Amino acid sequence: MIKAEHISMRYFRKTGTANYFYAVQPTDLSIQPGELAVLMGRSGSGKTTLLNMLSGLLKPTEGTVRMDDLDLYSLDDRVLSRLRGTKIAVVPQGRSAIDTLTVLENVLLPARLCACPLHVEAAVKHLEHLGIAHLKDARPPELSGGELRRMSIARALSQGPDILFADEPTSDLDDENTFLVLSMLRAFAHEEKKAVFVVTHENDARQYADRLYGMDGGILTEK
Amino acid sequence: MKNFSLAFNNLIRRPGRTLALALLSAFLSLAVFGGSVMVLSLRSGLHSLEARLGADIIVVPSQAQSKVSFQNMFLQGTTGAFYMNASALDQALEVEGVEKAAPQTFLASLKADCCSIKIQVIGIDPELDFTVQPWIARSLSRGLGDMDVAVGCKVEAEVGEIIRIYDQRCKVVARLEATGTGLDTAVYCNMETMNALLAAAEAKGVSHKIESGDEVISAIYVKVKDGCDIDKVNSRLNGHIRKVTAVRTRSMITGVSDSLSGISRTITLLIAAVWGLALIILLLISVLIIRERVREFAVLRLVGASRGMLGRMVLTESSLCGLLGGLIGVGAAALLLFPFAQLIESALQLPYLMPSAAVILLLALGTVLLAVAVSALSSMIAAYRLSRVDPGTTLREGN
Repeated sequence: MIKAEHISMRYFRKTGTANYFYAVQPTDLSIQPGELAVLMGRSGSGKTTLLNMLSGLLKPTEGTVRMDDLDLYSLDDRVLSRLRGTKIAVVPQGRSAIDTLTVLENVLLPARLCACPLHVEAAVKHLEHLGIAHLKDARPPELSGGELRRMSIARALSQGPDILFADEPTSDLDDENTFLVLSMLRAFAHEEKKAVFVVTHENDARQYADRLYGMDGGILTEK
Repeated sequence: MKNFSLAFNNLIRRPGRTLALALLSAFLSLAVFGGSVMVLSLRSGLHSLEARLGADIIVVPSQAQSKVSFQNMFLQGTTGAFYMNASALDQALEVEGVEKAAPQTFLASLKADCCSIKIQVIGIDPELDFTVQPWIARSLSRGLGDMDVAVGCKVEAEVGEIIRIYDQRCKVVARLEATGTGLDTAVYCNMETMNALLAAAEAKGVSHKIESGDEVISAIYVKVKDGCDIDKVNSRLNGHIRKVTAVRTRSMITGVSDSLSGISRTITLLIAAVWGLALIILLLISVLIIRERVREFAVLRLVGASRGMLGRMVLTESSLCGLLGGLIGVGAAALLLFPFAQLIESALQLPYLMPSAAVILLLALGTVLLAVAVSALSSMIAAYRLSRVDPGTTLREGN
């Protein structure tokens, strides 16, 4: 379980009355195992900043993020990195492939980095479910945006994390694949009893959410 | 190990980048290894020349005139002969301050039917000689017998072979170690053999321009007593013996030494310039690589790579490039230096003696290690910057 207490992100920028502005206003949030939480909001509302803080990628200006009682930002880099490669998986915005590796090698990269066992069959199965198993030996530059996006999702699922963060996971996908990906993420949450946190513009995502959040001007609200 | 395999993977799947970096290191290594071997060879050559001359003063007939031609016999192995009466040796021994004096007699063979090869023949007195004899003794346990010859390492004759000099059959009994000087192209015999060869040459019409029946020598090697002023002894020799010129060996070596210093300085400056330039280029490439690879490293951070792991990966990659470049550079330098050693020697016109295989191996190893260290050092900035990439921001910015 991830629990954020009073986290905020403040950047220095000259505004009317102050020298800084809040990308994310002080917020409390917890994401439970077996639950798919969806965060929706306009561009620039602070969604990705919040996701980065929750996933251990961006240290909040104030507040704490705990995962199973571990304060993520009090851990040293080596331990936090290992957590990111094992218990926390992130599907970031945009391309996130290493061009010198094949699709399958990219999917197995987290396991390789943490020197964990390589579950090749499971990785291929995830690629199959996402319809790109035939591209497992291809290099990322040969793939389309949608295929790369699905490769990132396969990589995150193959990690077998306790919590999976996905930032706009359906942005490059057609309707059919959008449905496929959201269904897989919900199944991962419900069947594997894992926590999933999705940030999206996609209105269709609402129907998959166990918990729905909105964000506007850095303020998080539950809907 | 995972760092190594990822780094290795990055190198083989980016062959263009890898080759460019390796070639730069190769260029550096070629300059260092090649330059060092050349400077060391020249120094060894000079030391060898000093050891072979082994005397403080050399007395030659005035007809030998300039010491330059005399010097060429030692440096480049040009053939030639000049003679004076053998009584000059006794006169030299009479001079105050002379500790030892040893004669040598020169004879140039002909490129004709009577001679197997055109070479410089040097006759020595094994009992008096203190310059060539110790060198011969390293290859031959006994003394040179009559009609025995010891050959320099560049003379094309094997031990046991019979060579003809003015139709005289001489047996090769030893092959001498390399000195890197013109002495390597000469043949050595005792005075009895030399007298026989001189007589045979006379019979063939090669005149010694010496009155018939006189015993002749070509040079006297003089060792000055400890504490005596060599210049004064040199003047006394010039004054005491008629029709001779006494030359200080240092003046011969000084010229060589000056040339050597000049060449060494030039090579060192060139190496320094190449390294300075290459280091700047490597640093620039390093900065360019940061821009090119920032996204790749953000992904690695995202999927669990720690800062230390990324730093080590960059250093491993650059070290492997340095290793590859170092090996290519040393290999290329070896291909240029070793097969063309004689060409280099004749172009430099200086004593040139390759260091031993062990020294060359150590130099090669040192050069490769240096290439690895410089490559790793130049990638430190990249390693530091790339290991501190913020994955969240970077992957978003790249959208």
